[in-house]
Amino acid sequence: MKLPAHWTRHLGLGLLGVLLLAALAYVVLRSGPLAPVRITVTQATEGSFAPALFGIGTVEARRAYLVGPTVAGRVRRVEVDVGDAVKAGQLLAEMDPVDLDERMTALDASMARAGSVVAAAQAQHKDAQARRELAAITARRYVDLGAQNFMSAGAVEAKLQERTSADSAVSAAEANVAAARQDLQRLAAERAALRQQRDNVRLLAPADGVVVSRDAEAGSTVVAGQAVLRLIEPASLWVRTRFDQGRSAGLGAGLPASIVLRSSPAAPLTGKVARVEATSDSVTEERVALVSLDTLPAGISTGELAEVTLTLPATPRTLLLPNASLQRQAGQVGVWRVDAGGPSFVPVRIGQTSLDGRVQVLEGLKAGDQVVVYSEKALDAGRRVKVVDALAGHRP
Amino acid sequence: MINLAGRDILHSWGKFVLTGIGLGLLIGVTLTMAGVYRGMIDDARALLDNSGADLWVVQQDTQGPYAESSSLRDDVVRSVLGLPGVARAANVTYLTMQVHRGGTQGSEVRAMVVGFEPGQPGEPGYLVAGRHITRSHYEAVVDIRTGFALGDRIRIRRHDYDVVGLTQRMVSSGGDPMVFVPLKDAQEAQFLKDNDAILNDRARTAANPALNRPGVPGLLEAVQATQASNRNVNAVLVQVQAGASAESVAEPIRRWKHLEAYTRDQMEEILVAKLIATSARQIAMFLIILAIVSAAIVAFIIYTMTLGKIREIAVLKLIGTRNVTIAWMILQQALGLGLIGFLIGKVSASFWAPIFPKYVLLESGDAWSGLAAVMIICALASTLAIRAALMVDPAAAIGG
Repeated sequence: MKLPAHWTRHLGLGLLGVLLLAALAYVVLRSGPLAPVRITVTQATEGSFAPALFGIGTVEARRAYLVGPTVAGRVRRVEVDVGDAVKAGQLLAEMDPVDLDERMTALDASMARAGSVVAAAQAQHKDAQARRELAAITARRYVDLGAQNFMSAGAVEAKLQERTSADSAVSAAEANVAAARQDLQRLAAERAALRQQRDNVRLLAPADGVVVSRDAEAGSTVVAGQAVLRLIEPASLWVRTRFDQGRSAGLGAGLPASIVLRSSPAAPLTGKVARVEATSDSVTEERVALVSLDTLPAGISTGELAEVTLTLPATPRTLLLPNASLQRQAGQVGVWRVDAGGPSFVPVRIGQTSLDGRVQVLEGLKAGDQVVVYSEKALDAGRRVKVVDALAGHRP
Repeated sequence: MINLAGRDILHSWGKFVLTGIGLGLLIGVTLTMAGVYRGMIDDARALLDNSGADLWVVQQDTQGPYAESSSLRDDVVRSVLGLPGVARAANVTYLTMQVHRGGTQGSEVRAMVVGFEPGQPGEPGYLVAGRHITRSHYEAVVDIRTGFALGDRIRIRRHDYDVVGLTQRMVSSGGDPMVFVPLKDAQEAQFLKDNDAILNDRARTAANPALNRPGVPGLLEAVQATQASNRNVNAVLVQVQAGASAESVAEPIRRWKHLEAYTRDQMEEILVAKLIATSARQIAMFLIILAIVSAAIVAFIIYTMTLGKIREIAVLKLIGTRNVTIAWMILQQALGLGLIGFLIGKVSASFWAPIFPKYVLLESGDAWSGLAAVMIICALASTLAIRAALMVDPAAAIGG
């Protein structure tokens, strides 16, 4: 039975009206102030994790040597170049000795002259000795003759005095020989000192290593303390790593480390903490630890940046939560626990955190409590909520 | 007693419904424009709420980190922490810049990069996916409006960052989504230039004889190292202790610390009254024009429908219908059209508001006042048609 025409129109328009009102109701309930806030929840479960510390470091050499002169001077020649491996004691560079060589020649001449003076003094000594012998013999003869009254007493005394004088002359000659020898020694010592100074302008490698920079060329003037060459020991590279003071609990020597160099981010290296520095940086608020590498990769260079992750021993089993569920209300840290009456804020005490975002909950919750992890808006107590599986990508 | 308006609508329902839809879309546009304005104000409020601060400490004689650029030393926070009434204080940096996804050749987004200290004011309050930052460098939490997903690598200046968390409604006052990175990385991004500029600076320093003294080895390296480090931040966010007033904490900072401190109300005034003022006037003019256009359209449609019924109205008058009844029919039609238009407008605005690139906030207060305005406009617009209907000569019904 076909409906009358105006009934069809009534029905059609009525349907349109109902559709419109339904759309309005949907809009009011889903996106107005009456709409519930969508949240995701998780349960607080027991577990343990291995917390880790993360820091950024630069590759450095354990020992670096700055080879340079101790007095200002001009560089005469540089024997090695960057990248050369050198042995301890090898000649690396030489400064200009200026007049040291000439002074040594002068000293050599002085020493020769001193040798001649020694010979002259020795000859004089022999001469004095000969005179003394003669004076002694003569004095003995005159004493004999004087005892037999063939000579006057005055003549005997004169000869005795000559003998005494000859003795003194021998002593004086001996002293002269000693003086000449000591002068020779003095000159030898001065020559040795000049030799030391001459050696000082030769810059020798203090230890085995590799030259990393050549800072002055032949002919340049350098001051005392300025480096001509820099050496490092290539097997001694380590990573000077900086950790935030606030997130460095548990930092100590011996912790295993995973090191990712900026030049090869896909190949992490292993190592361990060699030393934790006793001085921290108070401006950047960081602690410094030195992490040694187990194997040095080829092509590593000092100054390269590295990301270092230290693994701490695993924590004991406690309640764990994702760190996205932690919120602050009125100065307290806590979580929103969901129970029958809606969300309520529970202050908690948290312990250690892991690098992948889990935190230990030490007080405030029991195992199995449902806790809000993600929410569309900031929550307040008693707000109507709707639990969904995931929020990301949705817009209100 | 029959309802004339109802019978007439039923008779020509197609035209009525189509006009209603057209008017509805126009009203939807009007409501969306109002929503854009509300959204701008809400962006500013969201920025202030999400920072979680009661006081903003900035460079003296500047208007805050958002409206103007401000630069402070980063150890100012230590002296602010020691003031009475301060519960927490932390450094933050803000920089609006282009953020690339996957290297410098990827898609880029304009975002506000926020440098924050974890656990301190300035960090994102709640997440919609992922986790908070746990490492001290090279991790980022982004707003979903950037279009980035968890696990993306984004490039900010010189470094790549892993996206580890997503937030919602964390935007700057201009509507740019926020990207949260650790403070030290943000300081470096803001102040450390690119490699060519650094080499140029080093060459300039080396050419300066006062800084490059041959007799002082190590001086040049020390000076160049200070040039490459940066210790500035844009603002210090302060939370006051419960029971202390923000103004009582701000006053000693202004007086003795040679800094400027703004309370929440002052920041809101700066952002809303000063930053948004021009856009607000622009939108207000737009709304007025749209209202006039809506009124004109309703008047035109009702007038046309009335003119189309001149013969029928003349017949009605001939058979003795009172003027009031005819006027009431036309008014009812106008109000019905307005109501249908408003409903369609509200529904369509709610459906297309999330697609807008900037936040559109449709408040229910605006909807009620919009409904009242639409009813008044329709009533006024129908006066033209009522006047035309009342002037019809009954004799025209019989061909006079």
